[in-house]
Amino acid sequence: MAVVTGAPRNVVETNRVIAPGQTAGMLDDVVNTPVLVGPQGTPTWWWIGFGITLSLLGLYLVSVVHLITTGVGIFGNNQPVSWAMPIINFVWWIGIGHAGTLISAALLLFRQPWRTSINRFAEAMTIFAVVCAGLYPILHIGRPWVFYWLMPYPNTHGMFPNFRSALTWDVFAISTYASVSLLFWFIGLIPDLATLRDAAKSRFQKLLYGALALGWNGSAKAWQRYMRAYLLLAALSFPLVLSVHSTIAMDFAISQVPGWNNTVMPPYFVAGAVFAGFAMVLLLAIPLRRAFGFEHLITLRHLDNAAKLMLATGMIVVYGYVVELFYAWYSGVEFEKFMAYNRVLGADHWWAFWALIACNLLAIQPLWFRRVRQTPWALFVISIFVSIGMWLERFVIVVVSLTKDFLPSSWGNYVPTFWDWALFIGSFGLFGTLFLLFLRLLPAIATTEMKELAHHDAHHGPDAYESIREAYYRGEVRA
Amino acid sequence: MTTATAGATGLFGVIAEYDTPEQVLVAAEAARKAGYTRMDAYTPHPVEGMDDALGLAPTNLGYVVLAMGLFGAAAGYFLQWYSATIFYPLNIGGRPLHDWPTYVVITFEVTVLLAAFTAGLYMLARNGLPRPYHPVFNTPGFERATRDGYYLCIEAVDPRFDEEGVRGFLEGTAPVAVHRVAS
Repeated sequence: MAVVTGAPRNVVETNRVIAPGQTAGMLDDVVNTPVLVGPQGTPTWWWIGFGITLSLLGLYLVSVVHLITTGVGIFGNNQPVSWAMPIINFVWWIGIGHAGTLISAALLLFRQPWRTSINRFAEAMTIFAVVCAGLYPILHIGRPWVFYWLMPYPNTHGMFPNFRSALTWDVFAISTYASVSLLFWFIGLIPDLATLRDAAKSRFQKLLYGALALGWNGSAKAWQRYMRAYLLLAALSFPLVLSVHSTIAMDFAISQVPGWNNTVMPPYFVAGAVFAGFAMVLLLAIPLRRAFGFEHLITLRHLDNAAKLMLATGMIVVYGYVVELFYAWYSGVEFEKFMAYNRVLGADHWWAFWALIACNLLAIQPLWFRRVRQTPWALFVISIFVSIGMWLERFVIVVVSLTKDFLPSSWGNYVPTFWDWALFIGSFGLFGTLFLLFLRLLPAIATTEMKELAHHDAHHGPDAYESIREAYYRGEVRA
Repeated sequence: MTTATAGATGLFGVIAEYDTPEQVLVAAEAARKAGYTRMDAYTPHPVEGMDDALGLAPTNLGYVVLAMGLFGAAAGYFLQWYSATIFYPLNIGGRPLHDWPTYVVITFEVTVLLAAFTAGLYMLARNGLPRPYHPVFNTPGFERATRDGYYLCIEAVDPRFDEEGVRGFLEGTAPVAVHRVAS
């Protein structure tokens, strides 16, 4: 059974996808009670967290106002490093979103029952991460108020998007990803919103959840169409996971910059996205299961599986580092070889490369051990390292490649400014504020799907065989 | 037309309440075998086998999504082909204007966008959502239907419907309670 470490209160840690003996009513009560309590019932930790994230959101807004009123000159990027923090942060945030879609779509298609209790908050994480990501290119274009020029529409400017440009592909890839993720999330929420509507106590809650549930009544015909639509949405979202980060990788791969022009980029970016995304899922799940007492729903099995996926995708990413260096040597191209040398041993940024190796290769090695994978605090620490490592990876790819590319006369350096950091740190405030509001107003676990899982577990789970066997010997069922 | 008649009598149907998905499944199966056709089950989560038990026809949602996905693919490709070759040709290094490999990404994205929104919105539309009022909500204690109650409703529009007979039939399926549902 489970390795029980640091289990708080009287919690029974389990190694199964759901603790045995859960009934539909129990699931509703444990998940929906924190949502339906009045404002006076909001826990203290929520107010503290909300205060912190709201302050950081203030920093974000101040940065945005300063950016819009002053211009992109407040950032440190300039020739030759014209893509820097805004693009690094954009790629980092959008990568985090991928784990949510992978959990909700890919694991549904592969019939992985352990996705059920973590998919709702992971999808919320996806949407909020995409919000944070999508704002970076819009802010970075200099005149954010005319961002809609990126879309093809009949206009009197005499301009039109260039469909051969990977940046135009990005516009379509990210807007599709954001809108489909939101739709998938909302469709998944409808039955849970109906549950909240029926359990609501105050008039405000009845109106809010009643309006959002759209009048869902759970009829068999409605469920039939719903399940088909949900399955198709999953099937459509899964290739989206692979395509969005591939498209972003092509922003780099189809250019000629040494260190960018590399066919390994799309799969390596996708693996990196899932890697960083699972780290963020763990960073959110570990405090969340404790704060809400969800240890019997988000079990050690979930942490273990997420850690395994993090280890697997992390090793793919490390393979990507090796292949990049191999290509640089094997291509025989002088600029590529210099890029590899500069990345690993160059005077300016060698520390970034070795720090990323420490975070993305060394820090994840303890995950080979089950004991580590089932120790929440250890996973939390490793996930922080992975998040830092993946940010450094994008820093190395974007900045270090651009500082020294072809002509030594055009070489330069890059130093982030105060506003670069303010906008980045502030974006955590945006993410955190949205996530805390989600935790307060919507159920963090998909109760409808959990009821199905609990029912399935009771009839086909590990205990079911024993109870059927006993019933057989009592003569209640025939073989 | 039949709905209007039922409305005039003020009766939507007779509903039975059960505690487990197995019970409602057995009851639905029995109701279908007894010849009832206009009925529906209301459950907090999808119940495996319910489509067969009620004799529901499969949904055509998949075909609609496929059609809209193909339309999206054609529309996405057309958008790029038309603007790159006719509306706004851009000469970039003398490369061909009809440059199909670079159209792949956007064609794919528009396909997914249209197919996904068709799946979501068509499902809502065919289920009649958003719909603020439905007669089944008149059932006493119907809040259980989204928590842990399983319901089977035989509707007044059923050709074999007669209130006493249906009530008698449903009481024979071991429900927790049987209610009359006003329309």
